[in-house]
Amino acid sequence: MRPLLLRGGRVIDPGRGTDQVADVLIQDGKIAAVGTALGTPDGAEVREVRGRVVAPGLVDVHVHLREPGNEDEETVATGARAAAAGGFTTVCAMPNTDPVTDNQAAVGFIVRQSVRAGFARVYPIGAVSVGQRGEQLAEMGEMVGAGAVAVSDDGRPVASAHLMRTALEYARTFDIPVADHCEEPTLAAGGAMHEGLVATRLGLKGIPAAAEEIMVARDILLAELTGGHVHLCHLSTRGAVELVRRAKERQLRVTAEVTPHHLALTDHACEGYDTHAKMNPPLREAADVAALRAALQDGTIDCIASDHAPHAYDEKEAAFDDAPFGIVGLETAFGVVHTELVKGGVLSLPELLRRMSTEPARVFGLPGGTLAAETPGDVCVLDVDGAWTVDPARFHSKSRNTPFAGRSVTGRAVLTVVAGKIVHEAEPG
Amino acid sequence: MTTLGKDLIGLEALAPEQIRLILDTAEPFKEVSERPIKKVPALRGKTIVNLFFEASTRTRISFEFAEKRLSADTVNVAATGSSVSKGETLVDTAKNLEAMRIDMVVIRHGASGAAQFLAQRIVSNVINAGDGKHEHPTQALLDLLTIRDKLGRIEGAKVCLVGDILHSRVARSNLWGLTKLGAKVAVCGPRTLLPRGIEELGVTVFRRIEEAIAWADVLNILRLQLERMEAGFIPSLREYYRVFGVTAERLERAPRELLIMHPGPMNRGVEIDSRVADGPHSVILDQVTNGVAVRMAVLYLLAGGKPELADAAKGGGGSPD
Repeated sequence: MRPLLLRGGRVIDPGRGTDQVADVLIQDGKIAAVGTALGTPDGAEVREVRGRVVAPGLVDVHVHLREPGNEDEETVATGARAAAAGGFTTVCAMPNTDPVTDNQAAVGFIVRQSVRAGFARVYPIGAVSVGQRGEQLAEMGEMVGAGAVAVSDDGRPVASAHLMRTALEYARTFDIPVADHCEEPTLAAGGAMHEGLVATRLGLKGIPAAAEEIMVARDILLAELTGGHVHLCHLSTRGAVELVRRAKERQLRVTAEVTPHHLALTDHACEGYDTHAKMNPPLREAADVAALRAALQDGTIDCIASDHAPHAYDEKEAAFDDAPFGIVGLETAFGVVHTELVKGGVLSLPELLRRMSTEPARVFGLPGGTLAAETPGDVCVLDVDGAWTVDPARFHSKSRNTPFAGRSVTGRAVLTVVAGKIVHEAEPG
Repeated sequence: MTTLGKDLIGLEALAPEQIRLILDTAEPFKEVSERPIKKVPALRGKTIVNLFFEASTRTRISFEFAEKRLSADTVNVAATGSSVSKGETLVDTAKNLEAMRIDMVVIRHGASGAAQFLAQRIVSNVINAGDGKHEHPTQALLDLLTIRDKLGRIEGAKVCLVGDILHSRVARSNLWGLTKLGAKVAVCGPRTLLPRGIEELGVTVFRRIEEAIAWADVLNILRLQLERMEAGFIPSLREYYRVFGVTAERLERAPRELLIMHPGPMNRGVEIDSRVADGPHSVILDQVTNGVAVRMAVLYLLAGGKPELADAAKGGGGSPD
């Protein structure tokens, strides 16, 4: 493969605290050098990226790629292509596929599909329990051997405290996080959106904030009991943020993520019964959004993850109660959070990039998230000045279910490089 | 000039003058139902589909009478028990209805938002006859008309909705209609059956039925469904009657005469004492009578009828064919 020289960009490496105009040379699939006026190796492909930001490729630890089982909604290949278009070089695929990714063969299948596709790297997350039925531990050791980087029963959250305890204890052997979708099932049952005034007006059954907070509290206590690493998926409430803040003060092995939509939208987006605003956890209140943003600032929340959840168009074309939860996010994530948080004065650009690359890679123990020499040649080049309008028809994902359609945002990936190979290049204009 | 627009989905979206327009238009239609030949030609040639995904007797019959007394052609579709998921049925139903070139759809559906969903997808007028826990606008309109008939005004009237507010579309529509027309609104019921944030809508909450009775001019007593006990919202129907039942004994202690309303069907001995339901202050059957007039008014207005011509419209047709 030809060496790739990205010349003259604003190079931001959040892990090392650097932010300077420089060249980045990628050779043999790895970062070879970052510096000013680097020479051009023989046969190198040179890209002038003056005025652009060059950063470690973005990392998303929470996506649903629907393969196997729902290939009409997404596949590993289309999901990895969408990831590349969003500036992501690494994504972690949740195991709520059909059949469930709960064994080494299933994990191996996803790894092979991603290698064959050759876009973003896809790391599988194995199921906590066999069939995600919440009863018996899945073969975690074998799944890790096949390439799994974490376990989770996301989609069918772990209800049993005993199972969560044993998962956290058992996972210590392999030093992987147990990622939990925090939802107390009896409180959340039948709920379609956040429990509050908007749900009352719409006549929809609500999911109270306490449904999330009870399980966040449980998981924190179990992390303390077991010494295991619990990763709390898509926090959505101010109460959950406060619980995590206190757990971190006590140095417990607790990490947490937040989605772009929980940082950008409130339950008012559900008005008019817009099923593209139906997701789980649900969109909450303005005070929750403010708390989530503050938690990103102070590090209570480690990283941003999209919870990319593709659904066929006709599934969302239904009454609110009947529509499935979830939205796609890979291709809008950076634009939305860059607009809301950086343009909105919440985070600096290097801080945002830290929460979208360095930190998620650290939390899940993944390669990448850095521009250090000899690390994987995974880089994204970002245009942080140009405004663009979200047009779902142009998505690389197979699905179009987004509440951000028509929204004008600033910031997008113009070039995405995985292991030194260009896997995405934005069309001009 | 005030109009209603294409659809009637709920009262939350209506302006006070739109609600008054419907009530005022209902007045001349009341008389049609008192005639020996209960038919006027206002909607002759219009095709109306009554699309009921949920069981209903009173509302469906009331709409059907309203349509027939206005000379519309009506078709009843009961779509219960379909094996297809509700969402798919709704989309396909919308497309099929559209293809048949109908003029109006009256829809009842178990999912909140179903009426709006349909209205956004077809050019025909859509009237919401109850969608999930969202709204049941014509019920609230007939309640408003009944209060106006009996008290002579709505503004300033103290109306308490009693019972299961959480699951009630009737309660939500009443709440919007009453507050928009200047009534004072309260709710009373077990806290398990009151929705979150209800106080923020300008509603007083009474913990005890005795307090509600001491305050109110009107009690609108909602049906308590047996399923609420099974789902654990209340311990038993027996206890509900003991704590929240509107009984003759409790009403005797009221400082003023109360108007007793109920949208039906009643559970005698659960939310309401038979002596109250059948007593002198009960206007429950007046509500039913007004229901036909209010629905005639809504159908007439949505079909493009001029409110000032409602009198003429009803008078015009001596010889229904």
